[in-house]
Amino acid sequence: MVEKVQKYQFLFSELVKRDFKQKYKRTSLGMVWSILAPLLNLFVLDMVFSAFFRREQEYFTIYLFSGVLIFNFFSESTKGGMASLMANAKIFTKVNVPKYLFLFSKNVSALINFGLTLVLYFIFCLIYKIPFGPHMLTLIFPVICVTLFNVGMGMVLSALFVFFRDVQYLYDVFLTLLRYMSAIFYTVTRFPLQMQRLLLLNPIYAYIKYFRMVVIEQTIPSFEYHVMCLFYALAMLGLGFWFYKKYNHQFLYYV
Amino acid sequence: MAVVECKNVSIRYITGDFKAIGLKEYVMRKLTRNYHVTEFWADRNVTFSLEKGDMLGILGTNGAGKSTLLKAITGIMVPTEGEVKCEGSIAALLELASGFDPDLTVRENTYLRGALLGYTRKFMDEKYKEIIEFAELEEFQGHFFKQLSSGMKSRLAFSIACLINPDIIILDEVLSVGDGAFKQKSGNRMKEILNHGVTGLLVSHSVSQVRDLCNKVLWLDHGKQIAFGDAFDICNAYEHFLATPKSEQKLPKNMAEIMEISHKFQIYKLIEREEILRKRKKKKVPGAVKETAIQREQRIMEKINSMTPEELEPYEQELLETESV
Repeated sequence: MVEKVQKYQFLFSELVKRDFKQKYKRTSLGMVWSILAPLLNLFVLDMVFSAFFRREQEYFTIYLFSGVLIFNFFSESTKGGMASLMANAKIFTKVNVPKYLFLFSKNVSALINFGLTLVLYFIFCLIYKIPFGPHMLTLIFPVICVTLFNVGMGMVLSALFVFFRDVQYLYDVFLTLLRYMSAIFYTVTRFPLQMQRLLLLNPIYAYIKYFRMVVIEQTIPSFEYHVMCLFYALAMLGLGFWFYKKYNHQFLYYV
Repeated sequence: MAVVECKNVSIRYITGDFKAIGLKEYVMRKLTRNYHVTEFWADRNVTFSLEKGDMLGILGTNGAGKSTLLKAITGIMVPTEGEVKCEGSIAALLELASGFDPDLTVRENTYLRGALLGYTRKFMDEKYKEIIEFAELEEFQGHFFKQLSSGMKSRLAFSIACLINPDIIILDEVLSVGDGAFKQKSGNRMKEILNHGVTGLLVSHSVSQVRDLCNKVLWLDHGKQIAFGDAFDICNAYEHFLATPKSEQKLPKNMAEIMEISHKFQIYKLIEREEILRKRKKKKVPGAVKETAIQREQRIMEKINSMTPEELEPYEQELLETESV
């Protein structure tokens, strides 16, 4: 395993570099967009929804930002991952390289983007005078979970995408649905408790909620909550690996 | 010990409806039981082994399964049956110019391709200048890849791929790259690599190229292995096969038949040379119908078949003499 990592390290870093360059080609601001895009996104949402929910939720902008932060990471990572195999079909039908590298490199470039946005997020926390403390370190846990979840989801999607190009449109619809079900711009306190629990079936919401609990309420979620988060991530990752292993050798016929 | 070994390698390929249809069509056809997938064997029971320093030429008409076999050896495909064993590092040069990114610069593409071929960063840092110099692209390093001409692209691809001395080299119709001057340079570099004790596999449609470079030949036809062995006789038999008209083509069944064909082919070559020499001495007859190569081969072959052993004797003698030389 270590040998393999060393062997493909150079290729992997070159792929990440390429993905980054591809993303910002022909933009004058380049990487600044990684920060500017979520900022503008946030600005719009804040303008629209703060009128409704400002009174119900303290630090509403941070509440909103937590949702946007996680959800955008998820959608960018999985959407990029979905196309990664097809986009590199010309390469893996000619050169013997592990196909998952193309997907992972998309995930890593999305993770870097996420990191930049995260910095912005903390700057906002400072502006809104959120108390910082060692409990903030627990945020690493949901970040790891989302990343693993993204990898798993990307594996399933990219494999499906090779077989059916319809997947990209279906997934767009699915993302819209998921966005509304993740309580990004509305508060859930007005729902009955039963309903609030039901929302936790959505892993993305679970991760967003983790962020909000730590940052806004300054509480660390329960042990069970951690187990749930980890379970979602590992289950998705397992599904992804299983999918890949099963269809890995068939991709060649479809491209 | 064998460097490359293929044991009973069979590769099943699937084609059919599945490729272009979307999800809706797929579900519809599954429901109406109208979903068809055809399977065919791109390669069937291919067996051969190569020692260090061997150069194998793979011959066969289009669709014989040559490229598929190479894909199995490089590990891109997994054989459906049988096994492939390779010892050492493999450099595969399949369709050189594809797989570059048009929106990256020449420099970035060079590094990316190097990484794909399994080089290390340190190695690329050291060799980068050499690559660019060899490809004669010094002035274009900062240009986008899409701005290059197709000749430049394949020059760059060749330069990157031929930098190292791999243990096994796999070539798929890639020996002729670029314009005249570069062609010679790339040819020389290729010979340099081959002289380095490398084990190679070469797919080519040019029999004379295979004769030049290879000591072993594998002849495939529609996925079936027709012959594997020393280059000389199989090349003769293959050339004969190509020269006969389609309707009369007959695949040799075993090595003995190939030897027989090869023997006849050599005699044919002698007679052909004789005729050409004789023709040169004669004045050209105006209005004479020109004979095509296939017609000539057919005529001479018929002549050989009708010759008595006594008539053949001098040619046999000549062959023996050249062999002993």
